[in-house]
Amino acid sequence: MAIVASERKHSEHFNSAEHEFVSSKQGMWLFLLQEVLFFAGLFVAYGIFRALNPEMFHAASQMLDVKMGALNTVVLICSSLTMAFAVRSAQTNQTKKTTMYLIVTFLLASVFLVVKYFEYSHKFHVGLLPGQYFTNTELTDPKSGLFFSLYFMMTGVHGLHIILGMLVILWLVRRSSRNEFGSNYYTPVELFGLYWHFVDLIWIYLFPLLYLID
Amino acid sequence: MSSEHHGDVNYLNHEKGLKSWLTTVDHKRIGMMYLFTVLFMFLIGGIFALLVRLELFSTGPTIIDMNTYNQYFTYHGTIMVFMVVIPLIPAAIGNFVLPIMLGAKDVAFPRLNLATYYIYLVGVLVACTTLFLNGVDTGWTFYTPYSIRTSTSTTLVILGAFILGFSGIFTALNFIVSIHKLRAPGLTWDRLPLFVWASYATSIVQMLATPVLAITLFLLIFERLTGIGIFDPKLGGDPVMFQHFFWFYSHPAVYIMALPAMGIVSEVIPVHSQKPIFGYKAIAMATFGIALVAFIVWGHHMFVSGQSELANFVFSLLTMFVAVPTGVKVFSWIGTMYKGSIRFNAPMLYAMAFLFIFTIGGLTGIFLATVATNVHLTDTYFVVAHFHYVMVGGTLMGFMAGFHHWFPKMFGRMYNESAALVSGFLVFVGFNVTFFPQFILGAQGMPRRYYDYLPEFEALNRVSTVGSMMIGLGFVFSAIYLFKAMKSGPKASANPWNGKSLEWETTSPPHPHNFHDQPVVTHGPYDFIEQGE
Repeated sequence: MAIVASERKHSEHFNSAEHEFVSSKQGMWLFLLQEVLFFAGLFVAYGIFRALNPEMFHAASQMLDVKMGALNTVVLICSSLTMAFAVRSAQTNQTKKTTMYLIVTFLLASVFLVVKYFEYSHKFHVGLLPGQYFTNTELTDPKSGLFFSLYFMMTGVHGLHIILGMLVILWLVRRSSRNEFGSNYYTPVELFGLYWHFVDLIWIYLFPLLYLID
Repeated sequence: MSSEHHGDVNYLNHEKGLKSWLTTVDHKRIGMMYLFTVLFMFLIGGIFALLVRLELFSTGPTIIDMNTYNQYFTYHGTIMVFMVVIPLIPAAIGNFVLPIMLGAKDVAFPRLNLATYYIYLVGVLVACTTLFLNGVDTGWTFYTPYSIRTSTSTTLVILGAFILGFSGIFTALNFIVSIHKLRAPGLTWDRLPLFVWASYATSIVQMLATPVLAITLFLLIFERLTGIGIFDPKLGGDPVMFQHFFWFYSHPAVYIMALPAMGIVSEVIPVHSQKPIFGYKAIAMATFGIALVAFIVWGHHMFVSGQSELANFVFSLLTMFVAVPTGVKVFSWIGTMYKGSIRFNAPMLYAMAFLFIFTIGGLTGIFLATVATNVHLTDTYFVVAHFHYVMVGGTLMGFMAGFHHWFPKMFGRMYNESAALVSGFLVFVGFNVTFFPQFILGAQGMPRRYYDYLPEFEALNRVSTVGSMMIGLGFVFSAIYLFKAMKSGPKASANPWNGKSLEWETTSPPHPHNFHDQPVVTHGPYDFIEQGE
């Protein structure tokens, strides 16, 4: 049941569309707050193990491909920009542009995953694997598997957020193409924008912590 | 639920059929679905508790073998903590009462609210399928490295707890936004009922602590499936880090359980004493004091896990601070009753049981917060008795007080007061008979979770088992008269207790939209006229 933006009414337990919008936005911020705490566990584990094994982390980090990581950082920042454009064009009633920017964001996210796929398969190939599956012989520290446990868990959980985000983008594209968003109703686009910037921000922390230990 | 007059439309009868319930977005119906599901899990968890107590009736094997025993106490703990005590008050009573107290038509995100119920249900089903597989024997704490190596179906139980966490997070999110955005005109922050304050603080703790448990359990699942080694000493990982992460959630979780119960007591005592609450602001602020301290005391669970002495000292000191806001509350409640016109009914009986039991639980907490005595008491029955005094005495007594208090509102009917008093008395006495001997057993050195014990502990264990049967009997009684009251109790008026908060201004049971017209609040929630004035 597609409702075109201009005909949309706010839910009856809110006083106005504005009331519903600010409430939804507060809910999204709270959701992101719990996301921060979710990732915090991983960052704390990283901090503790790095403090205990500085040399191992340094050596293991050298095995990551900085160029690929840097490329993905640029790709994600660009996708954040196109997402911001998507929100802006929804706010200003440029529905076609909204759809277009959402599709571009989706494509950039796909590029991110493709790059990640090549990185992962290289690691699998040379035995740079988590914990008990670690078989690489270049790294001599017996605890090196821990670094790759953290690498795969942190980038993996982040990648999962990217994949879930892409599914939401597809849903937004569908709704946008039915003219469901416009200047008086763009809540889902704006809220998803917040989520997408958050996922981008997590990567901006992951990249130096994992790739740039020097 | 029988009468169908047109002026009598309420949330229970305005739609019929199973589908109208399963797809409802009405917070009251969702609250009811939670209530019955959680109480069903309470029955399951309770049966496991009774079986554990029966096994401990005599030394040596009594009714079950050792491995089964390990599984039974694990299921008792896991079900009671994750599926009963944490969601009981917020998800069941909170969902029903909170939006009405705010004068709102619903929670901020009704569909998300329904989704949390199904997330809860999926979590329960995932964890409980293991009953028909290989079971689980880690204890509810899932300590590594044993939880990595055990061949039981631990992965599914951990996954279940992981899923259940999200149900709590989304309920908390919904409550916070509802409290911020959906208050009726005139319902300023200093007119909020204290149950709302308590729900607000609980929700904040739940939002901040649960995700940490989620990532911990997520890592533990991968630890079991792929051997990532983060918590596994064999692979260079750190099992104590698991304990830190686990208690960073699970200590605040104690306040997720206790704060809503304190909120209920803060409603029940003034209404049934017909007297304004003593120290409204002090109680509200103490609620946040407890929520804050909750996050900085987790290390007191790990005094013997190899923490540094400095950490032990700091955690011990910080833990003592919990007593301050808790003391403020207890004195405020007693101050409220002082010279009030106290009704001795079931809500009040349970509220006073709360005061009595929770205070003992809190005071024995100080024994455990002191490092020197803690080393002796760690992993003994003293700890078991302490946390049952806090969790059962706190949450369950609070819940029973609230359930009886709002029962007329929920079902539009009155329960039988004398039956309620008898079973409430049975539960209260049974509780103390069960758990008080465990303090003595623990101080004498009986370890927790053991299948067997020395012959000199047998007498007190028998007392404890008899007590547990009394609790069981008390709750079976309660179930009987409450079900009877739901079907055929006398009709309740809109405000049978002469309460002053908003939920008493609507019909019993409430209209599907809670109020016929938008309520406007002109007075505080405890503006009772004092006798003799």
